Amino acid sequence: MRLSAVDLTCRRGGREVFAGIGFRVAAGQALAVTGRNGAGKSSLLRIVGGFIRPAGGRLWLEGGGSELSIAEQAHYLGHQDAVKPSLSVAENLRFWAAFFGGGTSKIGDALESVGLGAIAALPAAYLSAGQRRRLSIARLLAVKRPIWLLDEPASTLDAGARDRLTGFMQSHLAEGGLIVAATHGELGLSAAQELSLDPPVHASLAQAHQAAEASSP
Amino acid sequence: MNPLTALLLRDMRIAVRVGGGALIGVLFFVVVATLTPFAVGPDLALLKRIGPAILWLAALLASLLALDRLFAADYEDGSLDLILTGRAPLELVVAAKGLAHWLTTAVPLIVAAPVIGLLLDIEPPAQAGLVFTLLVGTPALTFIGVIGAAIAVTLRRGGLLLAIIVLPLTVPVLIFGVAAANAAVAGPVPFGTPFTVLCTLTLASLVVGPFAAAAALRLDIE
Repeated sequence: MRLSAVDLTCRRGGREVFAGIGFRVAAGQALAVTGRNGAGKSSLLRIVGGFIRPAGGRLWLEGGGSELSIAEQAHYLGHQDAVKPSLSVAENLRFWAAFFGGGTSKIGDALESVGLGAIAALPAAYLSAGQRRRLSIARLLAVKRPIWLLDEPASTLDAGARDRLTGFMQSHLAEGGLIVAATHGELGLSAAQELSLDPPVHASLAQAHQAAEASSP
Repeated sequence: MNPLTALLLRDMRIAVRVGGGALIGVLFFVVVATLTPFAVGPDLALLKRIGPAILWLAALLASLLALDRLFAADYEDGSLDLILTGRAPLELVVAAKGLAHWLTTAVPLIVAAPVIGLLLDIEPPAQAGLVFTLLVGTPALTFIGVIGAAIAVTLRRGGLLLAIIVLPLTVPVLIFGVAAANAAVAGPVPFGTPFTVLCTLTLASLVVGPFAAAAALRLDIE
């Protein structure tokens, strides 16, 4: 299985966010998408997830289910956690597991492994931001899908949960999955490729600016 | 469990819990229908004449009340993104959510209608006809409403826009629903004629609503 993109261009609200982006991620590999705020990390993930159409370029998947789109084989973990406050922790996860066509057998294990097993019956309204994020991550574990699209997955997690997330990502890769993650920090994956969305011209301008500042009295 | 069954059960569960919309619709219906006799006065003949219209208007507005959260709640918390990555066709997802809305807002209202009918001097045989028109006509209100709910989903205060989009489209349903209910209550028009048109409107909205709403949702997400 291999996910490839060539020459992707993204335009949002009439403004070109990025252009000419290409990558290639094979099964067992991870791609870390980096860049400053507004560089288009989330937009790139949403393009891969099929939520927005690229203004140009091509994106394709080799070796997946031929009848399924990329989105239908992917887990998307966005900024929002898709947690319903009036349902309990377990009910939230059970719904997504059933909706994605996975069995509901792995729900208990998934909640245990993200550390929410003890509060499975609690209404999700009482969860903290980090706990809601963990509940979202449990979704990736409860239903198997080969592609993980993670948008700042560690942003609200504490150090322990971050380590666990790294563990989940490593075992997903070891089982032949692939990961595309937008991140500011370290993913903790040794073998991740990096794709920077910062335009090189900006970097050189900044360097020139710094050099000019350094040389002026 | 089938993905659509799971969605239906989830939406119904959310609707009947704290903060859900199920009770609000039927309460609104009961309040409007109860206040009408106080406003109109104790003129039984008049109440009987306007009773079906009042009940239908209250039913229309009550079903509109919970509609603006139908997709907006899922859009705001990111659930709609995930629903799009599911393997269930979006048209059927809309249909399942519409069905959940109908079951949680329209059905309680239909159950309450005979009791409320007594306040408007609608007698038991006519009540059966009135309830029957609501049973057949309210799915049309819901499935016309889902189109507006899908269009207004990205707007913060989409409720009013939703009403402006949806209400003109529901006018035919209102006309033939009230006509059929009047025929059942007072005559002299035969019940069958307006009732058949009402059935047609419902069947058409069941087909058109999910496709139109799904198309609107796909645009909203971009």
